[in-house]
Amino acid sequence: MTLPEQQVLLDAPESSATSAIENSGSQSDGPAVVLRGLHKSFGSQVVLNGVNLTVKSGNTLAILGRSGTGKSVLLKLIIGLQQPDSGSILVNGQEITGLDLRTMNEIRKKMGFLFQSAALYDSLTVEQNIAFPLKRHTEMTKKQRGDRVKELLASVGMGGDLKKKPSDISGGMQKRVGLARALALKPGILLLDEPTAGLDPITSGEIDELILKLQEENHMASIVVTHDLQSAKTIADRLAILHEGNVLIEGSFQDLEKSENKFVMEFMKRDS
Amino acid sequence: MSHNASIPHRLIGQDVPEVPSLMRATLSSLWSPFNGFLEWFGELGIFAWRVMHAAFRRPFEGRELMRQLDEIGSKSLPLVALAGAAIGAVLSLESRSSLVRFGAKSMLPAALVFSIIHETGPIVTGLVVSGRVGAGIGAELGSMKVTEQIDAIEASGVNPYKYLAFTRIVACILMLPMLTLVSDFFGILFGWIADTLVDPISFAKFIHHGFGGTTFSDFLAPTFRTAVFGLIIGMIGCFQGMRTRGGTAGVGLSATSSVVLSSLFVILADVVLVKLILVFFP
Repeated sequence: MTLPEQQVLLDAPESSATSAIENSGSQSDGPAVVLRGLHKSFGSQVVLNGVNLTVKSGNTLAILGRSGTGKSVLLKLIIGLQQPDSGSILVNGQEITGLDLRTMNEIRKKMGFLFQSAALYDSLTVEQNIAFPLKRHTEMTKKQRGDRVKELLASVGMGGDLKKKPSDISGGMQKRVGLARALALKPGILLLDEPTAGLDPITSGEIDELILKLQEENHMASIVVTHDLQSAKTIADRLAILHEGNVLIEGSFQDLEKSENKFVMEFMKRDS
Repeated sequence: MSHNASIPHRLIGQDVPEVPSLMRATLSSLWSPFNGFLEWFGELGIFAWRVMHAAFRRPFEGRELMRQLDEIGSKSLPLVALAGAAIGAVLSLESRSSLVRFGAKSMLPAALVFSIIHETGPIVTGLVVSGRVGAGIGAELGSMKVTEQIDAIEASGVNPYKYLAFTRIVACILMLPMLTLVSDFFGILFGWIADTLVDPISFAKFIHHGFGGTTFSDFLAPTFRTAVFGLIIGMIGCFQGMRTRGGTAGVGLSATSSVVLSSLFVILADVVLVKLILVFFP
């Protein structure tokens, strides 16, 4: 559900602050992210065992699965926080495994990442948190940055909390600020790690609506890791279930509902 | 049939361990901590290389460096001044009785100044800062690590080795000599106050006597060796913080280990540096 205040702000025309940022995302219809034969182990524990996935620009893929099946690891591999043992990761057609830090950082600017815990910087205010990537990667003036921060906060339904520290706002608000920070550089790819985890059903619904709206507006490719099947149904075009290090099934929500695989049936039944 | 023949072989093996397995167990128990020690140094070396590698590339994080100079320098100032003052007063009181016994009371200002600028000021500053700043850096970066804030910095295309570690290490290196000067000043001031309360002497005369035989090299090398203490405190604090694992318990461990290890290495470095200073500035 979109709040009336949110709706007005979301419908607002693009400001000069927004136009000052070069749209770094891929707007083509080709695949934004392609994973091929991805393997990752931690010691003797095999987490990913040859994962293949493709996410097209403008599409949203929800990754589901039991805890500890490597869903969050998959996102960290895509943004280069961890390196795969083997396999290939193509982001906007560019292979990112084994890239040097400078080139990887350039690719990271085209991606937004919402962490499970929002991971806002404790020592910075809400405003400074959102301005952090803008300050580092754009030539925006202080005023343009301020305008862009306000615009981003408005787009996630927050208005007057600029000077608050992350510890002074609720979990739901932290997720919104984290989302605003992830969107600051207008990324072409958005990675969301359990965006509704730990939130009440109403706030979860609001976050889902917000993600859906932002995706429609920005035409981003999104990968959402979630345990929440309802949330996945709302925001994703396609769903994939990770099981025992591999993609057990991939398809639309209806495809998964029709599946006769015992694990998939169990998974869908549990959440229905 | 022999007596042992009725006892299953498995039980004999359990009760009386074979000599090679005992040796293996002993060697393993000795090797494990040694291996951990080597591993720690190896990881510290890799960490130092990453920080160095990041240091010479733009942007230079000037604003964050200024913030750290304030955090590490200005905010340590009262504590360092207090510690220096206390040590100066105690040194003055303790030295007076010994010097009076040997009829060398007039040597007190020189003995106090020499002792403070050569050893007491630098080492007290090093240990006080390693306690305050080492724990602070270890806990702050540790908590950032376990709450994925360091990952978030990296994910936004910013090098955390530069933004978080390099700025703190440079701030420690720059601030330690400054704080040592503060500690020296307050040590000498309160040494004079303690002395003049027992046997009145003007501050000008005290300073004149105290610095009479002191050369610039007496002052320079001991003060600037604290830059090495700063490097140790900053490097170990950042390293322990950024390798934190295991939630809030891990943060506590990082803070504690930062203080313990940086204090230990400051003392060890002091021994080495004193010897080097004596060699190069005899």
